[in-house]
Amino acid sequence: MVRRFLEMVGEYFIFLGKVFSKPAKKSEFFRKLIDEMSSMGIGSLLIVCIVAVCMGSVITTQTALQIESPWIPKWTLGFTVRTSVVMELCPTIITLLLVGNLGSRITSEIGSMRVTEQIDALEVMGINPASYLVLPKIVAALITIPMLIIIAIFFALIGGYITVIVTHVSSPYEFYDGLTSFFRMYDLVYVLTKTTIFAFILSSVSSFYGYRIEGGALELGKANVNGIVVSSFIILVLNLVITSIML
Amino acid sequence: MIELKSVSKYFGEKQVLKSINTQFEQGKVNLIIGRSGSGKTVMMKCLIGLLTPEEGEILYNGRNFNLFSSKEKQNIRTEMGMVFQGAALFDSMTIQDNVMFPLNMLTKQSYDEKLERVNFCLKRVDLEGSNNLYPAELSGGMKKRAAIARAIACNPRYLFCDEPNSGLDPKTSLLIDELIFEITHEFGITTVVNTHDINSVITIGETISFVYQGNLGWRGNKDNVLCSDNKELNDFIFAQPLTQRIRDLS
Repeated sequence: MVRRFLEMVGEYFIFLGKVFSKPAKKSEFFRKLIDEMSSMGIGSLLIVCIVAVCMGSVITTQTALQIESPWIPKWTLGFTVRTSVVMELCPTIITLLLVGNLGSRITSEIGSMRVTEQIDALEVMGINPASYLVLPKIVAALITIPMLIIIAIFFALIGGYITVIVTHVSSPYEFYDGLTSFFRMYDLVYVLTKTTIFAFILSSVSSFYGYRIEGGALELGKANVNGIVVSSFIILVLNLVITSIML
Repeated sequence: MIELKSVSKYFGEKQVLKSINTQFEQGKVNLIIGRSGSGKTVMMKCLIGLLTPEEGEILYNGRNFNLFSSKEKQNIRTEMGMVFQGAALFDSMTIQDNVMFPLNMLTKQSYDEKLERVNFCLKRVDLEGSNNLYPAELSGGMKKRAAIARAIACNPRYLFCDEPNSGLDPKTSLLIDELIFEITHEFGITTVVNTHDINSVITIGETISFVYQGNLGWRGNKDNVLCSDNKELNDFIFAQPLTQRIRDLS
C-alpha cells in the first residue's frame, strides 16, 4: 500500500517533468492555450456565478440568524459574510465545484485520447504528448481559475446584498458598510495564492489520471472518479496547510 | 532496413517476445503475421519505441534504436508514419487538420505549401473533398485511408501499420492493401504491416515474419507461404474452412 502510494507520487513527478519540457512549437502552444482558457473560463462561468450567488445568499441568511443581538454592531453581518466568502467559501467550494466540472473534463479528454491511441500517435510523430496536451491545460487553469474565483466572490457578495434587500435581515447601508470595513490587501494575496495552488493541483492531477490510463472505457470511468477524489482530497489538505502558514 | 537481433520483451514474469531475429527490407511491404496474442503488437510497439525490449537490439540502418539519445529518437520518429488499428485520428480536428498536424508540428512550410501537401495526400488515398469532415463522419475504411494520408504527410522513410484491415469488409481491405503496396513502392518506404488477414499475406507480403507464441516461427514471402512445411504456420494460414477447401482443391 505504502509502496504503491510512493510509486504513484514518483510517477506523478516524472509526469510533471515531461509536461514542463519545452513545447515542440510555441505558436501551437499559444493557440492551444487560448482554446483552453476560453473553454475553461467561458464554459464554467455560468455555473460558477449561479453557485456563488446562492452561496452568498445562504451565508447571509444563516449569519443574520446567528447574530440577532443588540450588543453586536449592525455592520457585523456584512463583515462576516465578506470574510467567509472571500477567505474560505469561494476559494475552496468553487474550486471543488471546478474539480467536478473541469477536472473530470480534463481526465476524460486525455483518457479517451489514451484509450483510442491518439497519445501513442503523437509520440510516434516525435511530439512529447505530455507537454503538447497537458501544459496548455495547466497554464490555462493557472490563469483562468483565480479569475473565476474573483468573479465568484463578486457574485457571492451581490447574492448577499440582494438577500439583505429582499429579506430585510439588515439594512443595505449597514450591510455595505460591513462589506467594506477592515479590508486588508493581504487577504487578496492569500486568496490568489491559494487558488493558484488549487488550480495547479486540479489541472495536473486530473491530467495525470487521464494520461496513465491502461485499458478501455471502464478504466476511463475509474480514472475520472479517482482524479476527482484525489484532487479534492489534496486541495482540502493543502487548504489547511496554506491557511496555517499564511494566516 | 530495420533489423531485430535477439529481441526479448517481458511483462512482469511473462516473456512475450522470445529472442526474435528478423529484418524488414527497404522499399518493400514487410508483414508480421500471427494469431491474436502471439506478440505482434508488442513487436510493433518495440519497433516504434513505444515499448523498450529488455534484451536484444533494434537496428535502424545498423544503428541501435534503444541507444539513441532522446533527441535522436525524436528525430528518427519524424521519419516514421504510423497507421494505428483504430486509425487514432484526432477527433477534435477535421480531416484536413489531422493530415496537416504533423506538417504543422514538424516542418516550417507556409500554409499554402502545407495545404498543397494535404490535398496531394488526400487525393492519393482517394479522399479528395473530405477536408472539412470530422473523423466521426467517416466510415471505417475512410478513417484508415485518412490515417494513411496523415502517416505519409511528412514523406516518412518508415511506415508502420497495425492491423490496417481489422473491422473492414473484404473489398475495402483489398483497397487498403493495394494502397499500402502502391505507396511503399512509389515512395521507396520501408513498410511494416502487422496483420492476420490471409488475403494481405498472399497479395502484399514481400517479406513475412510469422510470430508464434512469442517466437519467430517462420520467415519467408508470399510466394512460399502457402507451400511451407511449418505446422504452426499452416495451422494459421489454413485455419478457415475457405482456405482449407482451396488447399484441398489444389
